[in-house]
Amino acid sequence: MTVSLAGPEIAKQIAERFPEIISEISDQAVVVKSKSLFEVAEYLKSSPELSCDYLNYIAATDYYDYFEIVYQLTSRKHNHSLMLKTRCYDRSQPAVPSVVSLWRGADFQEREIYDLMGITFTGHPNLKRIFLWEGFEGYPLRKDYL
Amino acid sequence: MEIEKLSIYSAIELDKAEGEAIEILKEHSQEPIPDRDRWLGEELQRNILLTTVDTIINWAQRSSLWPAICFPACCAFELIAANASRFDLSRFGMEILRASPRQADLMITAGTLTWKMAPQVRRIYDQMAEPKWVIAMGACGISGGIFRSSYAVVPGYNRIVPVDVYIPGCPPRPEALIYGIRMLHQKISKEHTDIVLPSPTDVVNKGRELLDKAKDLSPF
Amino acid sequence: MALKTEPFMLNIGPVHPSTHGVFRMRATLDGEVIVDIEPVFGYLHRGVENLAEERTYTGIIPLTDRLDYLASMSNNLAYVLAVEKLANIKVPERAEYLRVIIAELQRIASHLIAVGAFLNDCGAFFTPFLYMFREREKIVDLFEMVSGQRLLYNYMRIGGLSQDIPPEFLPALEKFVEQMPDFIDEYDRLLAKNEILLARAKGVGILPQEMAIDICASGPVLRASGVQWDIRRADPYSIYDRFEFDIPTGNAGDCYDRYRVRIEEMRQSLRIIKQATKQIPPGEIQAEVPHLIRPPAGEAYAHIEAPKGELGFYLVSDNSIAPYRCHVRAPSLINLTALREIMVGWKIQDAIIIFGSIDITMGEVDR
Repeated sequence: MTVSLAGPEIAKQIAERFPEIISEISDQAVVVKSKSLFEVAEYLKSSPELSCDYLNYIAATDYYDYFEIVYQLTSRKHNHSLMLKTRCYDRSQPAVPSVVSLWRGADFQEREIYDLMGITFTGHPNLKRIFLWEGFEGYPLRKDYL
Repeated sequence: MEIEKLSIYSAIELDKAEGEAIEILKEHSQEPIPDRDRWLGEELQRNILLTTVDTIINWAQRSSLWPAICFPACCAFELIAANASRFDLSRFGMEILRASPRQADLMITAGTLTWKMAPQVRRIYDQMAEPKWVIAMGACGISGGIFRSSYAVVPGYNRIVPVDVYIPGCPPRPEALIYGIRMLHQKISKEHTDIVLPSPTDVVNKGRELLDKAKDLSPF
Repeated sequence: MALKTEPFMLNIGPVHPSTHGVFRMRATLDGEVIVDIEPVFGYLHRGVENLAEERTYTGIIPLTDRLDYLASMSNNLAYVLAVEKLANIKVPERAEYLRVIIAELQRIASHLIAVGAFLNDCGAFFTPFLYMFREREKIVDLFEMVSGQRLLYNYMRIGGLSQDIPPEFLPALEKFVEQMPDFIDEYDRLLAKNEILLARAKGVGILPQEMAIDICASGPVLRASGVQWDIRRADPYSIYDRFEFDIPTGNAGDCYDRYRVRIEEMRQSLRIIKQATKQIPPGEIQAEVPHLIRPPAGEAYAHIEAPKGELGFYLVSDNSIAPYRCHVRAPSLINLTALREIMVGWKIQDAIIIFGSIDITMGEVDR
């Protein structure tokens, strides 16, 4: 049975390595600051107790003040999973570091979020629209579209 | 982790050209194309000389309609099931699903049409040779179906191509599809052919026009 | 005198004679060998995630049918599991058993089309496809008995199923389960050692194990590369921990292995159905759930082993009758990530086979 690690537990493991990074701890997930997302993700992938080598999905939600990007990571070796979140408060030019170099499965998913929500992923090798055509105006999944 | 681009055209230029074509088509498709119902008034105007010829030509056309491949989505699998061994479409002469639209005369639009796909469907329709017919299959074909309020869906195929028969259902059963095809057969049997022979001077003038045009194009 | 060649670009367009839907590949070819390939999709993007924010929780179930339209029951199951996790609803036992039976029947139906279309692309023009359709019609008849529809069933509900099975379902199911292994053996006899299939599919389009984990593939694509990861074993949902079944894996990760994994999975599904039909208890079909359900505010993610891979739904609720956000984790989209690597270097006819063996459905890729 895949154990979902609770928020406080993950926070403890991250906090000893990266102090001052965690913004919020809920009982399911940990929210980290978007500037250091890449380092935290790398630590989660390479550390032997966590070793999350499988990225289930990346999803983005538009709460009116901020965008929240959710990553679900699973470790096949230990059979546990955890949820990592980051927030982006800039609505006109949102940008978040990309995790494509850690998990290649994030490639098309990040392009999809760029296409439908407008969030730029810095470091992505090929960030362009994937589902809608070039010349489409607007980002449909935002709450203020149409 | 750099992706080396080895392709010879720049992908972003191709994408931009495609996007422009889609926006142009979207502007021109705000009104539905009216249905082809010329045949409704035809019974009254038949010419006795051509009736037998009409009957034979119509019988030949409706007994061997070859569908063109245009399978976006779920209705495609009911079309394929209609072609399979249980509901056999080959008893109507339609077992050949031609990949090339030049060899087809029927387009069964099986699936939701999005604005991104619309120029391609219009291109396939234009490449089919006359006479040609279109069946709009399923709720998505008639009016956009369950996806009508979406930002990327064309509300019905009759914005892009003129439609002859509409088959409701989501997806329509193969029996419903066969009923729709039979309705199309009845419609075809009521059409008549216009045989218009050009005069000899017209033919010669047209030939001279084409020769002049060809001289401009060739590099030698 | 050297022969001067230059590469040219071929557009394997959105309309093409294989049945995988509207998928476009821009291939740069040097002769017949592929030098670069770029997949382009979005031709079936209908905005399902956007439409889901305007519909009630029960009203999204017909919308989820149309995602992977060849395995509708699995899509329904994944979505309904996510809502039940969010709202903490317990499903009655009889509904759980019936869900397992129906999900495994759906897996067989979907793999039949996958294998049939793959062989269609290999060149056996329509014969195996028509044979597989003959069996699929039997399964579709069973589903029609249960839900009234042939392709997009809308059968599962939050808390159970929409209606109970009619009395003629179980005898027909037992007859099917008895006859089906013979049909699978018939396909094996004709195809497993066929020289043409071996020449075209063995060693073609190899997806190595590390790359498969790196691109986060799932389903038969991952298992054919040698990774033992099946959600029914690793993170059992519903009542899958009560049944015994094996997980077939390949070792080379080529097209032939993916084909064999699908055939073996069909056999294992029949095994699960046999065990489940012996243990169905009588009882209720749906838990007591309000008509317009309002789950408490929060988020949940539930995933299942759909025929194409790991299908999951991520739902965010704000205690109203419609979800705040509904995201679909589509297995077909993520399995396509390595398409460029495994196709470069092969000829154009191998590209069609490699693409067919990954088995995608465009409704899921584009949503």
